[in-house]
Amino acid sequence: MALRAARDAAIWGGVALAVFVPLIGLQAVQDIRGELRLDTRWPLLVVLVAMVVGGSLVNSLLIAPWRERRGRRVPHENAALARAAAAFGRWFPPFAVGFVIVFPFLALWLTGMQGSVKWIDNFGIQILIYVMLGFGLNIVVGLAGLLDLGYVAFYAVGAYAYALLAKEFGFSFFTLLPLAGILAAFWGIILGFPVLRLRGDYLAIVTLAFGEIIRLVLINWVPVTNGYAGISGIPRPTFFGIPFNASDEGFAAVFGLEFSPIYRGIFLYYIILALALLTAFVTVRLRRLPIGRAWEALREDEIACRSLGIDTTTTKLTAFAIGAMFGGFAGSFFAARQGFISPESFTFMESATIVAIVVLGGMGSQIGVAVAAVAMIGGTELLRELDVLKEVFGREFDPTQYRMLLFGFAMVLIMIWKPRGLISSRAPSVFLKERKAVAGSLVKEGHG
Amino acid sequence: MAEPLLAVRGVKTYYGSIMALKGVDLAVHEGEIVTLIGANGAGKSTLMMTICGNPRAREGRIVFDGRDITALPTHEIARLRIAQSPEGRRIFGRMTVLENLQMGMVAAGRDADPAELDRVLAFFPRLAERIGQRGGTLSGGEQQMLAIARALMSRPRLLLLDEPSLGLAPLIAQAIFDIVRELNRSRGLTVFLVEQNAFHALKLAHRAYVMVNGTITMTGSGRELLERPEVKAAYLEGGRREAATTGH
Ligand SMILES: Nc1ncnc2c1ncn2[C@@H]1O[C@H](COP(=O)(O)OP(=O)(O)O)[C@@H](O)[C@H]1O
Ligand SMILES: [Mg+2]
Repeated sequence: MALRAARDAAIWGGVALAVFVPLIGLQAVQDIRGELRLDTRWPLLVVLVAMVVGGSLVNSLLIAPWRERRGRRVPHENAALARAAAAFGRWFPPFAVGFVIVFPFLALWLTGMQGSVKWIDNFGIQILIYVMLGFGLNIVVGLAGLLDLGYVAFYAVGAYAYALLAKEFGFSFFTLLPLAGILAAFWGIILGFPVLRLRGDYLAIVTLAFGEIIRLVLINWVPVTNGYAGISGIPRPTFFGIPFNASDEGFAAVFGLEFSPIYRGIFLYYIILALALLTAFVTVRLRRLPIGRAWEALREDEIACRSLGIDTTTTKLTAFAIGAMFGGFAGSFFAARQGFISPESFTFMESATIVAIVVLGGMGSQIGVAVAAVAMIGGTELLRELDVLKEVFGREFDPTQYRMLLFGFAMVLIMIWKPRGLISSRAPSVFLKERKAVAGSLVKEGHG
Repeated sequence: MAEPLLAVRGVKTYYGSIMALKGVDLAVHEGEIVTLIGANGAGKSTLMMTICGNPRAREGRIVFDGRDITALPTHEIARLRIAQSPEGRRIFGRMTVLENLQMGMVAAGRDADPAELDRVLAFFPRLAERIGQRGGTLSGGEQQMLAIARALMSRPRLLLLDEPSLGLAPLIAQAIFDIVRELNRSRGLTVFLVEQNAFHALKLAHRAYVMVNGTITMTGSGRELLERPEVKAAYLEGGRREAATTGH
């Protein structure tokens, strides 16, 4: 086997060498006089060829045997493992919620006033925004099975709704939050109508286009949205009317504390945490109601749904509307947190990231979505911190530029390892002991 | 004779420009088991789906309990208590047996009766044993039982069954036909059964229709059709042989 591995590696190395010599080893550059000169980059070439050879060796010596063993293994119910998984499912959510509740104080305690800004703002708030977006999209994609690639549109609607209304009319954040949600839900229904008959790839394409349309409108409707320049000076949320600034009426002064931006950070952290928990809670409740059950049935078989008396039109529209509403909430929070928004924040990349979070999380699993958001967004933020990479690849190396490459690589690996997402098992929404109660709720709700 | 529960009159259904049903007339009376037999591609499933409004009849009328349902949306037809166990079962694979059954109650709307679960499960003890199991992990026969049980959850006035014996071992198929007979006897359930397995279907049914190429060519009592030489030649000899070979 070792011999075969060595032979494969040699072949791959040869191929890589042949391909990389003209592509990477040689580089045409213009010198100062404007003449073309041929530069060589042998060290880089050696590194890349070595990587290919190494990869081939790892594959044939480690990965291939592992896959073979895994393929041959008879799938069996491991009772202890199943029990451990069940215990994990029961204990992890409360533990995780407890952790995120104490997180800001933990960060303060461990890293101090200065250091914790990074952890609370860059990590905590940023991740929670995506957790919330993931939860919202999870209703549409994970539960109802409607692949929506334009979810960022609702995020944008929420953000611009808050920014414009707050600047024009001076309403407070908490007044505008529901309004932004309703507006986004309205746009969810607008999107829903034309795509009612579409499924799968076609639906994906139309929703993608919808996201782009919204972005282009934001760019071109300059009198209202200020185009590329965006909207700045968006009012920040206040603590029951007390602003977070250095003035005498500011939060720090009122409470007799020394001014620090960290208070606003902590406040925002708890707002987005509350919003994300609300989304999770509502989703859990909806899953047990006829409408939530109808979403999941819709994902499985639309024809069967209809023949069972489920109105698939309203079922789809409610999924779009409720998913969009949570996107709108997240959007207005985003605008309030940044104080500045522009169409650049609402590109297709955002939609793709959110879809990736939902798919990676396991389509429908809230724990999975939360874990995936932490991994993806936290991972991105961590990349910024990795100065080690600069030492290896040279000073100009900016790790965040390779973010997408690493994302893609990580996703391929995870999808090989867990093709149905991190948490692929679906928790039943009814159990026999509560069947009377659940059946009773079906009686009340005529709609399904 | 009293008004039939379901009357199909001159129904023509098209797939694009291809006419799949070429003017079908058929009636099902309350309390009857009526079967429709015919070769693969005759249009049996198309008729069943047309009754449910998907696809729609381009010509003709479908009347249920004196009401014209030809133009009604599918989910509203289901709410008139026309339950269907469609071709290919179409159970919800990732949902548990219990959840599948509860989806069947949607059509009953306000009249849904939680106690129906126990009554339905009494007919399907195998499902009762597997109440928490995921639908997709059931055997073919159990999935078929689940599809029928799910349809029964709304206390239907008419049960449409599309090829319940498809792909099942003869013994299991027999068990399913026995359940249908029992449901009809004990609850007076009206059944419209589409089958290729003509021998069993004709033995079970009070009345039967034969469909060829989108038209009804023969009708009569189940026993009558069993004796007809044309039926024997076209549907029974082959059917028996098939049953004999799959039996081994
Ligand atoms: N969705 C469809 N689109 C186009 N043609 C169809 C469709 N479904 C069925 N057909 C055609 O209609 C005819 C009747 O099919 P079907 O009703 O499924 O037959 P059966 O159930 O009797 O086997 C067949 O010729 C079939 O090819
Ligand atoms: Mg058929």
